[in-house]
Amino acid sequence: MTLLSVAGMTKRFGGLAAVDSVSFDVEEGTVTGLIGPNGAGKSTLFSMVAGAQRPTSGRLSFNGKDVTGWQPHQAAAAGVGRTFQLMRVFGSMTVLENLTTAAHLRHRSKSAARSFAEEICAFADLGEMAHRPAATLTGATKKRLELARALATSPTLLLLDEVLSGLTPTETAAAIEMIERVHARGITIVLVEHVMQVVMSLCPRLVVLDFGKLIFDGSPADAVKDQAVLDAYLGA
Amino acid sequence: MTAVEAPPVTSPEVPAKRVPWGRYAGVAAVAVLLIGYGVVAETSFSQTIGVLALTMAIAATGWNILGGYAGQISFGHAVFFGTGMYGTTLLVTDGWSPWLTMVPIAVLAALFGVLIGLPTFRLRGHYFSIATLAIGMMVMSILPNVRPLGATDGLSVPFLDEGFWNLTFSLRDKTEYYYTALGLFAVATVVTWLFLRGKVGSYLEAIRDDEFAAAAVGVPVWRYKMYAVAMSAGLTSVAGSFHVMFVTFVDPASSSDLSLSTAIALIAVVGGAGSMWGPLLGAWLVIALQEYTRTYLSTTGRTIDLMMFGALIILVVVVDPRGLVHLIGRGYRRFVRRS
Repeated sequence: MTLLSVAGMTKRFGGLAAVDSVSFDVEEGTVTGLIGPNGAGKSTLFSMVAGAQRPTSGRLSFNGKDVTGWQPHQAAAAGVGRTFQLMRVFGSMTVLENLTTAAHLRHRSKSAARSFAEEICAFADLGEMAHRPAATLTGATKKRLELARALATSPTLLLLDEVLSGLTPTETAAAIEMIERVHARGITIVLVEHVMQVVMSLCPRLVVLDFGKLIFDGSPADAVKDQAVLDAYLGA
Repeated sequence: MTAVEAPPVTSPEVPAKRVPWGRYAGVAAVAVLLIGYGVVAETSFSQTIGVLALTMAIAATGWNILGGYAGQISFGHAVFFGTGMYGTTLLVTDGWSPWLTMVPIAVLAALFGVLIGLPTFRLRGHYFSIATLAIGMMVMSILPNVRPLGATDGLSVPFLDEGFWNLTFSLRDKTEYYYTALGLFAVATVVTWLFLRGKVGSYLEAIRDDEFAAAAVGVPVWRYKMYAVAMSAGLTSVAGSFHVMFVTFVDPASSSDLSLSTAIALIAVVGGAGSMWGPLLGAWLVIALQEYTRTYLSTTGRTIDLMMFGALIILVVVVDPRGLVHLIGRGYRRFVRRS
């Protein structure tokens, strides 16, 4: 079943089309990599799917419903979880409070939200840091917290915006392992990344953007042979 | 849905939080201190300080919900305090019991708050703060021209028989006012605590920390800011309602002045914005400072106390921007660790 459908999505900033009539579908239970060189429009497309930006034109549907132009909190309530490229943890709260806040979306009572948060905390290997203020965490741990916080909203679709960039090789391996465990929970994942090797191993399917346009949609094996993709990355 | 069973959790469990006996003991100690003050305070002057401190603590508790927890700094809370003062005076003049005026007038103040929030909460950043400043000044210049509110002369609360129902007690010994204020403060604190305890408190703090991230985890940011401003304005108005029964008089200068707005914010910030006990601590400190300087430095006192407030703000910002409550908490934890 198609979970997310992006149809002719366009975002213009003045004369510049940051995203130019991009269309693709995401099937339930899959992992899709959204890649492209800097400034290709990946983050803008992401923002539109998550409701943080309104598309200039085009349609977005989620779970079969037209949700074009929805608000971020509506996206979250419908089951879209996201992380931010520049980490945005709730700095004054502890790790567990961050997760509890997110868990409140599906758990009304404090105790229910807290126990679900504890479960997610353990799942994300953040148990030892549960009572640390989020502002004091390292970059890699903040990224893990962002991912965990998105999970605490019990999403069906998870949008990961460069959760792997800036990590050391060890941290990257841990993050990949965690993304695989998230997928094993049955959560559909779309991830933006420009660390190519990582994307290749994680995603059976790639969507490639360049200058706002979709230039490739297919398997990683085909992507590395595709002339348009090579041109975009190596410069023709 | 291809829901696969989650793999067993192997990572370390979350360390359990201990029962906060320290916090219970703290609450008990604060209660004993506050009740004890009423017994010890024998002069009219010290009793007045107590009544004013508790009144301002209620007002600042209201401010704190919006400014401390939700991070929306208001410089116009005198408007809500003034709503309480004027509203209660008018209704008491019509024969209402002061107690019965508090909630309806608080609802009115909450509506004013929502009206200010309506256009400004869609915007991020300092627009709300600027709007509250502007509205405070507007009200200050409009009030002296409003006849039904007594214009520049203000309004007096009609003389009522002494008694709890009339919220009118002896002015020679203000102990009864003090304990009534204490009761009202306790109610305000419990209401605030219940309001902030679960989801609402988390959501407001999330908004304060990062609005984008808050929205991304499903917080309807605008709606929750509205809840916060309504609750905040309502509580501050209750403080105003009580205050006017104590001073039995209201005019533009005493109810809606910018310096009153600043004092309410200052109390919460000095004491500890975003903490339950900050407003109480801040109120005692600021009110005592204000009353002592006014009394002992006579007419020049008015500017001296403002200078001291300025110094106080600088001190708090330099030493610990989270306020005195956190400073004390830090000292306490250090003490516990050593012993």
